[in-house]
Amino acid sequence: MAANCFLGSLDFSPEDYDVLFSLASQIIDSPSSYADRCAGRLMATLFYEPSTRTRLSFEAAMLRLGGAVISVASAESSSVAKGESLGDTVRTVGGYADLIVLRHPKEGAAVLAAEYSPVPVINGGDGAREHPTQTLTDLFTIHRFKGRLDGLTVAFCGDLRYGRTVHSLVKALARYPDVRFVLISPPELLLPEKIKREIREINPDVEFTETARMEDGLERADVLYMTRIQKERFFNEEDYIKLRDTYILTADKLRAVPTDMIVMHPLPRVTEIDCAVDTDPRAVYFEQARLGMFARMALILYLLTGKEGGDA
Amino acid sequence: MLRVDRITSGIVLDHIQPGQGLKVFERLGLREAGYPVALLMNVTSSKMGRKDIIKISGTLDLDLTMLGLLAPDATVNCIENGAVTRKVSPGLPEQVVGLIECKNPRCITTVERQRAYVLVLVNRAAKEYECAYCGERTRV
Repeated sequence: MAANCFLGSLDFSPEDYDVLFSLASQIIDSPSSYADRCAGRLMATLFYEPSTRTRLSFEAAMLRLGGAVISVASAESSSVAKGESLGDTVRTVGGYADLIVLRHPKEGAAVLAAEYSPVPVINGGDGAREHPTQTLTDLFTIHRFKGRLDGLTVAFCGDLRYGRTVHSLVKALARYPDVRFVLISPPELLLPEKIKREIREINPDVEFTETARMEDGLERADVLYMTRIQKERFFNEEDYIKLRDTYILTADKLRAVPTDMIVMHPLPRVTEIDCAVDTDPRAVYFEQARLGMFARMALILYLLTGKEGGDA
Repeated sequence: MLRVDRITSGIVLDHIQPGQGLKVFERLGLREAGYPVALLMNVTSSKMGRKDIIKISGTLDLDLTMLGLLAPDATVNCIENGAVTRKVSPGLPEQVVGLIECKNPRCITTVERQRAYVLVLVNRAAKEYECAYCGERTRV
C-alpha cells in the first residue's frame, strides 16, 4: 500500500489539518510561488461516478501547481466496462501517474485501491460512505472564516440521514473541544444512530440538539451547514416536495440569525437556499467551493512532497 | 445414560454453547476428518447447565479463527496418551479474513472478488466486527 493516502476524514489528525490549512493559506496569499511545485508530476483522476465540482477542483488544483492530469471520466469509457477489477486498474494506472484520485460508487473502494496502488490515493468519494476532501474543504472554510474550529456551534440542516458530507464533517468536528451541534431535520431524515454512536466514541462530551424547526436552531449558531434534500431517496414525490420546501433558507429567515454566522453548502444547491441569500455576506458557499481548490492543492503537495509542501 | 469412551489421542472441544456444536462440526469440516468424531449435544454441565462437546480421535490442524468465531468460550483440550497435554480457549479472533462476508450490499468487496473479506474486531463484549473496507459493523 502506498504510504501517503487520504482515504477518510479521520485519517488526518487535527494537527495534520492545521498544516494543510496553513499551506492552503500560503498558496492563496502567494499562488505564483506554488505555480510549478508539481512540474513533471502526473495526477490520474478515476471517476466512476458523475462529478463536476470535485473532479474539476482536483484537476484545477493540479494544473495550478504546474502538474498534469490524465482522466477516466466514467466507468463506461474505461476498462471496467470490459470487466477489469478495480485492483488491476489501480495497479496499472499507478504505473503511469504519481497520484490517483478515485471516485467510486462502492463503499470502501478507496481503501481497497490503496492496498494495490504503488502511488498515493485520494478518496474523491466512495458511495455514501466518505468524501474526505469535502470535509477538508469544509473545515478549511470554517477555519478561514472563524479563525478556529473549537468552541463552535455548528447547525446542520436538511438531509442528515443520507448526506455523507454531513456524516464526515460532524465526525471530524467532534475531535475539537467544546463543539456543539444543532441538527435540524424532519423525523424522516434524522442523523443516523450509527453516526451519533461514532461521534460519542470520538468525543463523549459532544453536545447535540435536535429539532425539526429551522428557526429554533439558529439563534446561537456560528455556522449553518445547509444540505440538499435528495429526491432519489424518496419513494413518494409528495413526501419529497413537502420536505424539500420545509427547509428553504430565505433572506427573511437570515434576519433573525447572528450577524457573524456563516452559511455553507457543499453544492449543488437546488431550492434549499433562495438565490436572494447569495448576496448576503454570510453566504459563503461559492467561496467554500473556491477554497476547496486551494485545500486540494495543499493536499496534493502534502501527499507528494511531505508536510512542508516543498519542491515536488 | 449415553456413554462415549475417553479418547487416548486427539482433541476434545469442550464447553461449546448448547446448539452450536453441529455448526462447529460442519464449519470445521469434521465430516471429512476421516477418523472417529463424536458430537455430543445438550450434555449436563456444572458450569454451563448444558453444553455441546466434540471429541476427535486423531490429530488435525484446527481452524482456531473459525472456532473462535463460533465458540469463543469453548475449551480446546489436546490429548496425548490419555492425558490432557494442552488446554486453550480460542477467544474471539482480532481479525477474520475470508470467513464472513460483509453484509453491506454497497461494499466494494461484493464486486471486487480478488480481495477476501476482512473483518476487524471492534467491540469484544458485543462480539462486533467492522469491515476493513466499508466500515459496516456486524455482530457474530
